Amino acid sequence: MTQLATPPTETPRSYAAHAQPLWRRALLTPEVAVIVALVLVFTWSTANVQAFDGPLTLYYLFLDTAPILLIALPMTLVIVTGEIDLSVASVVGLSSVLVGLLHQDAGLSIPVAALVAVLVGVVCGALNGFLVGYVGLPSLAVTIGTLALYRGIAVGLLGTEAVTDFPERWTDLAKQRIVDGSSYPVVLIPFVLLLIAFAWLLHFTPFGRGIYEIGLNDEAAHFSGVDVERTKFWLFVMTGAVSALAGVYYTLRYGSARGDNATGLELQVIAAVLLGGVSIFGGRGALHGVVAGVLLIGVISSAMRLENQTVNVINIVIGSLLILSVIAPSLLVRLRSLAGRTRSATPAPPRNDTGEAPVDHEERLQR
Amino acid sequence: MNETFQSASQGEAPILELEGVQKSFGAVRALRDGTLSVRPGSIHALIGENGAGKSTLVKIVAGVHRRDGGDLRFRGESVDFASTAESKAAGIAVIYQEPTLFPDLSVTENIFMGRQPLLSGRRIDRGAMHAEATSLFRRLGVDLDPRRLARGLSIADQQIIEIAKAISLDAALLIMDEPTAALSGVEVERLFQVARSLRDEGRGLVFISHRFDEVFALCDTVTVMRDGAYVATQALADTTVDALVAQMVGREVGELFPKTPAPVGDVVLSVEGLTSAGVFHDVSFEVRAGEIVGLAGLVGAGRSEIARAVFGVDSYDSGTVRLDGREVRRGDPRGAVRAGMALVPEDRRKQGLVVEGSVARNIASVIRRGLSTAGVLTGSAEDRASSPWAAKLQVKTNALDMPAATMSGGNQQKVVIAKWLATEPKLLIIDEPTRGIDVGTKSEVHRLLSDLAGQGMAIVMISSELPEVLGMADRVLVVCEGRISAELDRADATPEKVMLAATRRNDQEVHA
Repeated sequence: MTQLATPPTETPRSYAAHAQPLWRRALLTPEVAVIVALVLVFTWSTANVQAFDGPLTLYYLFLDTAPILLIALPMTLVIVTGEIDLSVASVVGLSSVLVGLLHQDAGLSIPVAALVAVLVGVVCGALNGFLVGYVGLPSLAVTIGTLALYRGIAVGLLGTEAVTDFPERWTDLAKQRIVDGSSYPVVLIPFVLLLIAFAWLLHFTPFGRGIYEIGLNDEAAHFSGVDVERTKFWLFVMTGAVSALAGVYYTLRYGSARGDNATGLELQVIAAVLLGGVSIFGGRGALHGVVAGVLLIGVISSAMRLENQTVNVINIVIGSLLILSVIAPSLLVRLRSLAGRTRSATPAPPRNDTGEAPVDHEERLQR
Repeated sequence: MNETFQSASQGEAPILELEGVQKSFGAVRALRDGTLSVRPGSIHALIGENGAGKSTLVKIVAGVHRRDGGDLRFRGESVDFASTAESKAAGIAVIYQEPTLFPDLSVTENIFMGRQPLLSGRRIDRGAMHAEATSLFRRLGVDLDPRRLARGLSIADQQIIEIAKAISLDAALLIMDEPTAALSGVEVERLFQVARSLRDEGRGLVFISHRFDEVFALCDTVTVMRDGAYVATQALADTTVDALVAQMVGREVGELFPKTPAPVGDVVLSVEGLTSAGVFHDVSFEVRAGEIVGLAGLVGAGRSEIARAVFGVDSYDSGTVRLDGREVRRGDPRGAVRAGMALVPEDRRKQGLVVEGSVARNIASVIRRGLSTAGVLTGSAEDRASSPWAAKLQVKTNALDMPAATMSGGNQQKVVIAKWLATEPKLLIIDEPTRGIDVGTKSEVHRLLSDLAGQGMAIVMISSELPEVLGMADRVLVVCEGRISAELDRADATPEKVMLAATRRNDQEVHA
């Protein structure tokens, strides 16, 4: 107490950028765990599941999961802020109906109809974003409401009918392969472009840093000059736009515009995002994990379908996997603290090497 | 110290006795020597500056905290309350400044929450409950409908309900922690009447207040605390306001706070007529380059709120904020940063830091907008930009990617300061710069602030520690109930003057 601090003219120290070696930081993450699981399931299926290595498996896998892949991108950003958007599948349905009606009744060409549908998706997202960001309502409640609202409008516009009269040029394009004979459909091109855009936005911009800060501590983010309201607003707008785009694809892929298209898709998207290592409480997650999460669910479903399992069994497996992925981190913490307790039972050297106050590391990990 | 204790009593055995009670939170010793002796049939005032340890003492008696050492006796028996329920059961009731009632339950239900009188079949006996509530209110001499909902009741009425609850529990000791802070004059008078009638019934009362007029009007005995320790107990009839103030602040303002004089430059911040309804009113002041202006006052006087409004984290109703002569848009923290302002907020863990975030991310969290190359912001750019600031403030950490949550309070505060100094601000607003940090870091922070002022930065420092304000500030603005009640130059600023201006109820100016 008597001794004052060392004078500030002491030689300035430098800091190591990282406390742990590269391999630990790069490999011991939930994202890598999902990627490893994906690779394992994929190689196992290739070796053991009949016809899994056939030319159509991957092709249909991509065709079928494309809407989920697309919507999972902005959904990841929304969930990292600690919010959620349950209305995405309804926007898919509304966009699908709009493309059908605008093409059939108004005689608009597909690109123009698609553009209008995406703009309506922007409006849908803007309503969500306004209510969540600026009015401050909980996104769970708001988007349950708009889930019903947008779906209601979609079904109301088209009733129980379906528009199926689309030009072949466009429905073929939705199913076309990038190169003849390859397993990769052209829809992967817009997906990869959007993936690059969202990965840049989330991981390599100040805006993206703000997204994480909002998820971890929105008050501190506000005090640092992050515009919390505006950030949330724009994330919901992006989600609406991408969902509408997925709706356009969905319509052309199946050649059918119906009000109940993609019902329940929102839960598949959210399940995949969470499986990919994004915390439902916000503040953590990365896009490579999310992409692996979507593909993992896709690979498991198509492998099990080839093994003639019913949808119910597939759902049970994927549901269990999701629960496992959510409890895995806290289970890990529990194990670690158990290990720590047995170690400290024996006389151990003082674990604090910095001489600082005791560390509360677990509080962070428990999230 | 203890031999000075002379109870002004008629010799009756005290109902509550504390002797040498201690309590630390981490490295901070909130209470070093908690000593208090309350007789039945007496209203005992407990006074002291912010941080003198009054609240900690009350919380130990109430069972919120457990003491680290010392003696606590209630009705002559040594006790150690593990929970508020235990202390309540023993007969102690605490009435807080803002009671927390269940707004959607009736007044009666609030009083009898958890111990409703029952009929057969475990049905609640509403009739008996209302009858008892009515008789309680009659005894207290207040006119309240026991059947109405608690929602919408004034704070004064809510306190009365808490008191009624305490009486129905037959509490022998009532502690009132700044009960009058939110009350009007009439309400204060009614509360006092109730308090006196409880005293006459032979209960013991402890009254915590910053208002000397109320202390003298209501209480018979007073205990003064300072720096977590007991100073003196005396009969109020034998003392004066000046004597009490001297006891509250009586400590040397030593070299602990070394503000070196710096040349004062142009006006950097100019605030005019800043008003936010119900929070602060008509606040005007200027801060010049090289100057440290201290904002003193009691907790809750509106100092932090003024700082937040100036920086734009909160909006305000009217008034202007100018930096270097240019008006700063209200409610726009990013604009304030661009103009050259920085705010180190009051609550480090909630407002200052993302505790889960790494040291580097936290330090870079404001300057990162300028760190992108070709639109790409990388983690290593953040590391490079934050490392020199961490070094400048001597942040103790193994690596830049360690989460801030793993650090001590003092180190966290350094990270927050680094984060804002990295923006190279013209004006630094720093709210409670040394709250909850160790002595060594404290003096580092003080030296740093002094250096920064020497380099021409304008600094606004909010502090509840009077010696810190008096030692560091070139000028002291005292905030009282949302208004600036006094402006004192360094030479004129004495602890007594600041305390008087901070506790004054009426609106006359105190001139230096």
